[in-house]
Amino acid sequence: MALLERRDGGAAVIDDRFTRVDDEASLPDGPVIVSVSRFQAERDALLSRDGELGVWLESDESPTEIAEDLGHLAVVACNFPAFNDGRGFSYARLLRERYGYEGELRAIGEVMLEQAPFMVRSGFSTFEIQDLSDIAEFKAVVEEVRTVYQPTGDGRATAIQRRLGR
Amino acid sequence: MYRYDEFDHALVQDRVTQFRRQVERRMKGEISEEQFRPLRLMNGLYLQLHAYMLRVAIPYGTLDSRQMRKLAYIARRYDKGYGHFTTRQNIQYNWPKLEETPDILAELAEVEMHAIQTSGNCIRNVTSDQYAGAAKGEIEDPRIWCEIARQWSTLHPEFSFLPRKFKIAITGCENDRAAVKVHDIGMIMKRDAAGEVGFEVLVGGGLGRTPFVGKSIREFLPKEHFLSYMEAILRVYNQLGRRDNKYKARIKVTLHETGQEEFTRLVEEEWEAIKDSTLKLPKEEIDRIAVHFEPPEWKALDDAAPTCDARAASDPGFAAWLRHNVAEHKTPGYAIVNISVKPPGEPPGDVTDVQMEAMADMADAYSFSELRVTHVQNVTLPHVEKEQLPALYDDLAKHGLATANVGLLSDIICCPGLDYCALANARSIPVAQELTRRYTLERQQEIGDMQIKISGCINACGHHHVGNIGILGVDRKGEEHYQVQLGGSASEDASLGKIIGRGFTAEEVVEVVDKLLDTYVELREGDEAFIDTYRRVGMNPFKERVYGTA
Repeated sequence: MALLERRDGGAAVIDDRFTRVDDEASLPDGPVIVSVSRFQAERDALLSRDGELGVWLESDESPTEIAEDLGHLAVVACNFPAFNDGRGFSYARLLRERYGYEGELRAIGEVMLEQAPFMVRSGFSTFEIQDLSDIAEFKAVVEEVRTVYQPTGDGRATAIQRRLGR
Repeated sequence: MYRYDEFDHALVQDRVTQFRRQVERRMKGEISEEQFRPLRLMNGLYLQLHAYMLRVAIPYGTLDSRQMRKLAYIARRYDKGYGHFTTRQNIQYNWPKLEETPDILAELAEVEMHAIQTSGNCIRNVTSDQYAGAAKGEIEDPRIWCEIARQWSTLHPEFSFLPRKFKIAITGCENDRAAVKVHDIGMIMKRDAAGEVGFEVLVGGGLGRTPFVGKSIREFLPKEHFLSYMEAILRVYNQLGRRDNKYKARIKVTLHETGQEEFTRLVEEEWEAIKDSTLKLPKEEIDRIAVHFEPPEWKALDDAAPTCDARAASDPGFAAWLRHNVAEHKTPGYAIVNISVKPPGEPPGDVTDVQMEAMADMADAYSFSELRVTHVQNVTLPHVEKEQLPALYDDLAKHGLATANVGLLSDIICCPGLDYCALANARSIPVAQELTRRYTLERQQEIGDMQIKISGCINACGHHHVGNIGILGVDRKGEEHYQVQLGGSASEDASLGKIIGRGFTAEEVVEVVDKLLDTYVELREGDEAFIDTYRRVGMNPFKERVYGTA
């Protein structure tokens, strides 16, 4: 497993400085990612703690639940329990476009390489990739289709905008 | 017709390259069938009972002669010389080779066609009225909006992994020929009190195991909000739709379980937040697309058609074809011609390469090179001069395409069934074939308007719920068995059929249809259609005849 970060023109493998902590486990030092329920239960302690904080959303947990606290979070991770559970795409767009979240937005779980273009367009910036052989393909895949029709928060000019020279 | 610009071309070409790479990875064994499955499905490639099946999109059923010739060529070069028109106005090839599918897509791209999103849990090909642009009383050509929707839905980053497939239909007429009320979203063009054109929005219609007629969630949607409103509906559905049970995953169940009022509130709330975003359609873009759908240069003709009338007076076969297959056009001197691809004894919707080429030639000769595929699996020539109808009829007859049965009993909608489909419980094509052989055209004409729809399983691809007579194939202890429903309609008066009683064997079911028809003929008043008689007298008289008891 590797963590890929979207960069202009491609992606790079980066170190994951965060530890994902189960609900029952005690908190280690340094940057951590916790569940929504743990965040809600231990919010004040987590926010006053030394070290960066992230929250992961299960696919049935809307980002609305953490919208108020996004300013305190260094990473939001959306779990894809199966490649065909696409709720995370809506969550990503809401986080970026509705709640103005600008930090790291991470896709975790069953992240399929061929979904990367959709994930990038929806606002994800990092990707947990299971299969390291996929990394070389990542760039080709993300940039493969030159035309986009839908406006999203990624700022790419849509076909309509390009037609109108905007 | 819409023509691709550089951006549309680039997308389709890139998509071919992408699929070629995916197929190569699969052929080399770099990805498993399990990993390949979602990728091939996004390009309309299914694995059926005996072979791969490729479903090619015919956006809103409109194509030109050049595209039809390409479909014929693909049938001949890459398949067994035929294709199958579907109820979603697409075409399916039943025997392509996996390694050749990227080449087929490249061939399609040459004529501005593709197979994108013809399967998978995404927004499917947007369908429409086959008479669009030619129908009397049409508010506006709905294909303008279908094309806008086609572009918006293509590779949508947020809505490509929905809980389930998603079907949109749009009509510009009060007379609904696109079955908009049994779609996930149905849009009906209308005018508001101020005369502005917009849409009534219906959500949650659908067939399958839990059939519903769509609910109107917005009386009037102004045009510029066409995309933002659909995005709001899809966003609510993507988050709320059930993912624990694929039979409860369609938006019709979401709406039903959430309640219409609450669902509507959620959509409206989401829409408020995005309606003035970049999704708001610029007038320049609407106009740019609308230009492509401007009417062809019709001649100024007299509506009288003496040559046609004379032929009808002397040739009963032609007169019958005129009555059943030809519809009124909005322009004097023109007519809309429906080509039945359902001659007696043939699988509904199957067309050979030679017939496709013949239809392309006839489109060039008689209909400004334009053709339509209809949701009842026929082909339409939308703009034919009335005085040319006899010549066209003769050309059609040469190719076995002049069967005068549109709207009649043998104009059956039928899914591929157990002859092809991995999901089917029973064969449906042989039942359709038997029914179409059983009744002479004279008998059918005497019976009048009749929609028989046959599905080989509960997924209802043959629309049996909305057939006046619906037939559903089921598996009963390993035997093919058929349930019969009465009273369905897919038109503007949409209704779902009711099951008459216990099921029948394949042999029995055709006899049951006999009895239903006899009952109707005895009970009908004047020129009342079957559906109206059924609505007036109810189920009992039919039940009594079929089972000998009510």
